[in-house]
Amino acid sequence: MVDVTFQSSRVAGAGTRKRTSLRAAMKRKSTAAFLMTLPLILLIAILVLYPAFYSLHLATLNKSMQRFVGFGNFEFLFKRQTFWLVVQQSCIFAITAVAFKALIGFIVAHFVHNIPAKGQRKWRGMLLVPWVIPPAMSTLAWLWLFDPSYSAFNYTLSFFGIGPIPWTGDAAWARFSVILVNVWFGAPFFMIMYLASLKSVPEQLYEAAAIDGANWWQRIWYVTLPMMRNIIAITTLFSLIVTFANFDIVRILTAGGPLDHTHIFATWAFRLGIEGGDIPLGASVSLFMFPILAIAAIFILRDINKRGNEA
Amino acid sequence: MSRRKLSRRQFVAATALSSAALITAPYVRGAYAAGTLSIGLWDHWVPGANKASTDLVNEWAEKEKVEVKIDYITSNGRKNEITIAAEAQAKSGHDILAMPTWWPHAQTELLEPMNDVMTPLIAQNGAVNDTVKYLGQLDGKWHAVPFCIGSQIKGPCSRIDLMKKFANIDVQEMYPAGSQPKADNWTMETFLKAAEACHKGGVPFGIGLGETSDSVDTAGAIFQSFGAQLVDAKGNLTVKTDEVRQALEYYKKLIAFLPPDAGAWDDASNNRWLVSGKGALIMNPPSAWAVAKRDAPQIAEQCWTHGFPKGPKGRFAPHLPYFLAVWNFSKNKAAAKSLITHLSQPTSIEKLVAASGGYDLPAYEKLTTLKTWAEEAPPKGTLYHYPNPYNHQILSIAASPAPPKVAQQIYVQATLTKMCLRHGQGEKMESTLAWAEGECEGFMRS
Repeated sequence: MVDVTFQSSRVAGAGTRKRTSLRAAMKRKSTAAFLMTLPLILLIAILVLYPAFYSLHLATLNKSMQRFVGFGNFEFLFKRQTFWLVVQQSCIFAITAVAFKALIGFIVAHFVHNIPAKGQRKWRGMLLVPWVIPPAMSTLAWLWLFDPSYSAFNYTLSFFGIGPIPWTGDAAWARFSVILVNVWFGAPFFMIMYLASLKSVPEQLYEAAAIDGANWWQRIWYVTLPMMRNIIAITTLFSLIVTFANFDIVRILTAGGPLDHTHIFATWAFRLGIEGGDIPLGASVSLFMFPILAIAAIFILRDINKRGNEA
Repeated sequence: MSRRKLSRRQFVAATALSSAALITAPYVRGAYAAGTLSIGLWDHWVPGANKASTDLVNEWAEKEKVEVKIDYITSNGRKNEITIAAEAQAKSGHDILAMPTWWPHAQTELLEPMNDVMTPLIAQNGAVNDTVKYLGQLDGKWHAVPFCIGSQIKGPCSRIDLMKKFANIDVQEMYPAGSQPKADNWTMETFLKAAEACHKGGVPFGIGLGETSDSVDTAGAIFQSFGAQLVDAKGNLTVKTDEVRQALEYYKKLIAFLPPDAGAWDDASNNRWLVSGKGALIMNPPSAWAVAKRDAPQIAEQCWTHGFPKGPKGRFAPHLPYFLAVWNFSKNKAAAKSLITHLSQPTSIEKLVAASGGYDLPAYEKLTTLKTWAEEAPPKGTLYHYPNPYNHQILSIAASPAPPKVAQQIYVQATLTKMCLRHGQGEKMESTLAWAEGECEGFMRS
């Protein structure tokens, strides 16, 4: 009887302790934060993690998806001439496009920053238009401008005795065209990020630099760029990921042609996986982007972290 | 408020009646007693053509007491192919799905056998051509039923006036409406001379060299007319053969007379070429002519659809059949087969062909002389030879007779047009052949 009484009080004690610790856990800020982000975590798990692991699984299967082949698909790809062409093109496409987007975004951000505050909002709005229009739609307009036979650009150039230029018919021009459209679409994003960053640079730093006799280049090199370094790094990383994974612009403009000279990972993966009915090979091609982007992300984020610690 | 009392006897009687009604309910023939069915059809280019298929499906649904849901799936952006791939992965979706050319073979393990539908249909409507058998059968068993909507032949659509003026060829005389073709002289050599003449006249033939279907189909038919195959029916590599070399040499000569930007053409480029009046000939089903009828009637009046030129190994025309397939995970296979049979009846096919303005082609030999093709105008009889009524050309698909799963890769990767373009741009013949052989080796992975 005594034992029983003792046990029941122990159980009651444990229950109270559990309730108390649960209440304490609920009161912790980290728990509340976790619960509030839980829907998003679940969404990411369903829409990102599951497909990512599923495509990993697919990439290890044979063409008819009935047999496990390990790294067989990757071994096969490494022997294909077209695959290395796609790797080369994806790198050219992403690096060139991101470099130009960053450069144009930086220059335009400075121009906009120097416009008096009253009219700045209009310019900001107008310059964001290419980024706001869904690229599938705007690329269609570019397609008509570059049309092999009825290009509006060629029509205009013909008045100056230039052309016709094979915008999408020649390998070099086709690469130029897809990069141009990507830069046109993505530069506003850089512009708005850089503009926000520019606005946060304290005016006193420029005043001090001016007193020290710094010219405009020295102000940019020694004041603006160091203050914007983190934003530039993060924007570049983000844009590199998005540009590497681009699909719509290339798909609509050239569909990878001529002679596969504009294919990038996503368009070639679609060609192999969906159009060609070889889903495991398509999954393998699309997964190849992952290590490239992971390495870029590690380097860029490590650099940001280092600077953060220095600060 | 008065309250009626329910006696025990009344309660038992009411319970018994309700139970009886519930148990027998499924056997009472209600509005949708035979269940539900979903069908995904190709969203037609021709305005109003979808209505004809909707009416036919509803007519069957009404009679069979089945609730049917129709989805029209566009081929723009390859949405129909993405849908097929997605449903195959999910093992869920429509009961019946329209599948273009290679897709029944690509999904054959997931499709319901269709011999019980095809055998009576062939007995009723006549035999089907070899391309339909090649794409719709595996080991002699049907895994999909050829369907009229979307099926097409991509033969030449010529400008009557321009061919007469520059190439001295009367296409109407060669392919007279209502009678046998007189096309013995319509050979690959004549075709090349005509291409040269029209090029000199400033109205080049609009044949693409891009990576989309129209370009690939034309290359396929020309290769076949030289007997050129990259992979034979048994799966052996046959790239480095004299026939392939001859076909490539021919294409190199032809490329010189095509528009300089043909390498960048897609499936819309040749249509625009014809409608704009810039060219004397394109290879297309009558959709380009139909657009011209609406947008440029003076050009449509001069269009004549006819047969392909003959090569050393025969006269081949590109044929792209569509199929209706039933997934093996469908929950209403019997109803699906019944609907497919209904849509394949001669009366149904006649309605579908008329609604598409003659674009859609039935696969069966008894149904190639419907009045639509004889009556469509302008000019009257312009589509008479479109369905190959005298079987004077062999209907084929590019990359055949390679095993379909290999051929699909050759077709989708546009290996044929890439070979032509490489060699046409000056690459040595042997280098082009070596490249193509490497590609085809890769396509053979299982």
